[in-house]
This record gives sequence, structure tokens and C-alpha cells, in this order.
Amino acid sequence: MAVVNPLAPGRGARWVIGVGVGLLFAVPFAATVLFTLTPLPGGSGLSVDRWIALVDPANAAKYRPLWTGLGNSLTLAGVTVLLVLGLFTPTMVLVALAFPRLRRVFEFVALLPISLPAIVLVVGLTPLYLQIGRTLGTGAWTLAFAYGILVLPFAYRSIQASIDAIDVKTLSEAARTLGAGWGSVLLRVIVPNLRQGLLAAALISVAVVLGEFTIASLLNRQTLQTALIVVNKQDGYVAAIFTLLALALAFVLLLVIGRVGRIGVGRKT
Amino acid sequence: MTVLDRVVAPAAPEPSAPAPRGAARPGWAWLGLLPFAAYVVLFLVVPTVVAVGSGFVDGHGSFTLDNLAALGDPLVLTAFGNSALVSLVTAVIGAVVGALVCWAMLGLPETGVVRTAVDAASGVLAQFGGVMLAFVLIAAIGAQGVVTVLLRQLTGISLYENGVWLYDLPGVMVAYLIFQVPLMVITFLPALAALKPQWVEAHLTLGGTPAGFWRHVGMPVLAPSFLASLLLLFANAFSSYATAAALASQGSQIVPLQIRTALTSETVLGRENLAGVLALGMIVVVAVVMGLYALVQRRAARWQS
Repeated sequence: MAVVNPLAPGRGARWVIGVGVGLLFAVPFAATVLFTLTPLPGGSGLSVDRWIALVDPANAAKYRPLWTGLGNSLTLAGVTVLLVLGLFTPTMVLVALAFPRLRRVFEFVALLPISLPAIVLVVGLTPLYLQIGRTLGTGAWTLAFAYGILVLPFAYRSIQASIDAIDVKTLSEAARTLGAGWGSVLLRVIVPNLRQGLLAAALISVAVVLGEFTIASLLNRQTLQTALIVVNKQDGYVAAIFTLLALALAFVLLLVIGRVGRIGVGRKT
Repeated sequence: MTVLDRVVAPAAPEPSAPAPRGAARPGWAWLGLLPFAAYVVLFLVVPTVVAVGSGFVDGHGSFTLDNLAALGDPLVLTAFGNSALVSLVTAVIGAVVGALVCWAMLGLPETGVVRTAVDAASGVLAQFGGVMLAFVLIAAIGAQGVVTVLLRQLTGISLYENGVWLYDLPGVMVAYLIFQVPLMVITFLPALAALKPQWVEAHLTLGGTPAGFWRHVGMPVLAPSFLASLLLLFANAFSSYATAAALASQGSQIVPLQIRTALTSETVLGRENLAGVLALGMIVVVAVVMGLYALVQRRAARWQS
């Protein structure tokens, strides 16, 4: 049994704070659930008709923007994760192995996007994406390059924590001594040791991409969030349903990240 | 610890880089850094420079300082004032409420269901809500929202006696609190959890009271962390766009919405490159706040070893 932290408030104060703040936060979400259970015109009470209507082929045209947006967002999430795993990770390993002196600089660059408002980034991305539109087309996936910058701080912290937890240098020297090429060192020795950090980085990238609105909206790309705005104008109930689903998905992703981290801690001790 | 908190919390002091063993690897390894460097230059450095630089360029592409006069325009000043007000109010309320939640969570086991769930929920609301938080609020307390309707039917109280405020500044503040409080929970909890129980035990053994402990030890030690979190919340609200954009589909009450207007219409207020000038103003404000944050955070880290 864990010892109770003497700094913690008494049971009474704890309940007052927990219930008070908890209710304030629970009410809007509970209200949104009730909102989605509003019956269709002519019905009464609560009904799940609006949830069922979502998959009704008769409504396919009406909800098409949502499905298109969701598809685009999933593609974007995939490409962004590829950037994290295929570009950020090898670079970070390389810095750890061969350029330890660059670590500070790298960290500074990687954390810079935290203090850079997305709306400011958009102002600079607009002319850049005009060029990208001419050369690579206006497909939604090109946004992944911008999203990579947004997820960079998150990915950096997750992956760097994993890199710090192992001795990359010794591992790679051992593997090299045993005759492994640099490819196998990276893929078969280092990456398996980083898998917790990589998994966390990938999951959080998915969460960031699925929730991103600012850049997509101002560069006129169709993603889940911009589609929600469009659909909300015709049918607020569907927007509410998708909102609940997307928030629930993000919640599950973060729960998984939390668990992954904890398993890691458990194993080390 | 959530991932977000790893992002905003100060990095643990890491050992200084070990000297390269044996001879430095000669040659071509630096080539491996090029793709990442090119990517960062293209998608981080260039957009930032363009965003800020476009404020200094006139319609013909030559350098000018004239655009900066826009920062003195009454409409622009109002937007900056509104942004500062929204950020300040939501940062203060968010910090106080969030700190109370952190304090209450100290009493719960770290790996328990409640702490895990609150951690994950805070991460979602603090970072990934955006547009969706606006929808949740509209579904709850919009003109036809569930709470609005129930209140009217059950008690006759109208939330909108004095006009619909949800789509204007007051509504933006309420919406921002949905992500400010969770952000406070994420950033402040590590500092609070680092307070050593031994200190309070020592204080009580020497005849002090719990209230005295907080006044003379707890609060002074936590003050820098609290201030740092407050600054982070301010910068966070100042930079936010999505939630406000979804609530206020027109208008430019705050700076990010004014940038939207400037980007989507050719000339606003009869000025060129207004978006760039506004972006410059925003960067300056956020950079100052984040600079202060880094300074205060360094002071705060003194106790967390």
C-alpha cells in the first residue's frame, strides 16, 4: 500500500476539487453525447438514429466531405509517421553516434516549433505551397511536410528519451565489430532498442495530424477538421458525432502512450 | 508523465557529450545530416523568415518599413489588446484551477486509474482539441445547446439574456479554458510532485502547521514553476487559432483571426502584406513570453533535482 503523500489535501478538499472541476469538464462532453442522441424530426425521446444515419448509403453524398477529409487525414498521418521514422529517427541516431557535439543545436531546432504559432507558420508556408502545388500537385498528402514540423518537438522528446536510455555507441560498435553493416546496425540493433520511443512518437504524430486545423484550413486542403467545419454548417449532429469519435480516438492513443512508457519504466528496474 | 509534458518540461540535465572515442570518424558521415537539414531549412526556417520578412516588403518586392505602421492602426491595436486580454484571463484562471487539480491529484497513486485517465484526457484537451472543443461547447451551451435548452425549460434562466456571447470574446475565453486547465495540469504536476514529503514532515516535526508549511516553504519553492506554467499558458492562448476560428467564423477580434482575414482577402485596412506584419507582431510577443519562460524555468529547476 502506497504511503499517502502528506502534501496532498485532505479527503474532503480532494473530493470538492475533483467533483467540482470534473463536473465542469464532464458537462460539455455529456451534453455533446445527448446532443447527438437528439431524435430525427418527428421522433421523440433519445435515439441513436443520427449515429445510424451516418452509415446509411442514402446519406453518402451529404457526408462525402467527411469521408474524404478522414481519408486525407489518415494518408497525412501515414506520411507524417514515415517522416518521423524515416528522416527524424536516422538523423537523431546519427547525431548520437557521430556528432554528440551537435546535440544542443539539434535540440534547439527540434523544440523551436513549440514557440512558433502555427498561424505564423502558415503565413510563410502560403508562398511555399504555391510552388509545391505547381510541382507536386495540390494533393492533401503534401501537407505532411508542414505537419512534420508540428510533430517534431513531440517526436524529438519521445525518441531522444529512448536514445538516452541505451548506449547507442557501444551497441553499434559491438555490432560493427561482429561484422554488421551500417544498415543492419540501424535496423536490427538500434531500432529494436528504440521501439518504445518510436511507438510513442508515431502515435502522438497521428494524434497531432488528426486534430490539425490551422494549416489545412488556410492552405485550402480537405482534412478531417476542415471537413467537420463544412459539414457542421449543414448538419451539426454529424459534426458532433465525429468530434466525439476523434476525441475518443486521441484519448485512447494517449492512454496507449502512457502505458507504453510505464512498461518501459517497469522493465528497467 | 505524458509525452506533452516531456515536450514542455525542461529536459533533465544530461551529461555533457562524451569525447569521441578513438579517432573522430572521418569523412562522409555529415552527409547523413543533409536531408534533415534541408527539410528543416525548407519547411521551418524559410517559412518563418518569409512570414516575418514579408512584413518588410512592399507590393513591388522592395524593402520598406512602411508596412510596420499597420501595427499602430487602431483595429490592429484592438486585436492585440483583445488577444492579450484573452490570454491573460485564461492563463490566470487556467493556472489557478489547474494547480488545484494537480494538488488534488497528489493524493492519488501515480499509476492508478484516475491519474492515468486524467493524464491522457489532459493531453487530448490541451493539445489536440482545436476545432472540436468549439463544437463541444456549441453542442452544450450554443443557442440550441443541450444545457441552454435544459436551463431554459427547467429554470427559465436564459444564458443569452444579453445577446449571444458564445461566438465573441467571452465565448472564446470559455472555450480556451477547456485547453488551458489541462495544459496547466500537464506542466505543473511534475513540479508539484517533486516537492519532497520530507520537507513537510520536517516542518511538522519542528512544530509548524500545514498552512505554515505552504506559506513559508511550499509556495515560495513552487512560485517559479507556477509562474513558468502561467507564461506558457499565456503564450499558448496567444498562439491559438483553431478554436477561435471555429467559434467566430467571421470577424477578426483577436490577432490570429485578423491574420486569417488578411490572408483570405487581398487588402485589409488598405495595407499590403498585413499578414506578415501581424505575424511579426505575434512572433515578438510570443518570443518575449517564451524567453521569460525559459529564464523562470531555469530558476524553477533549481529545486527539482
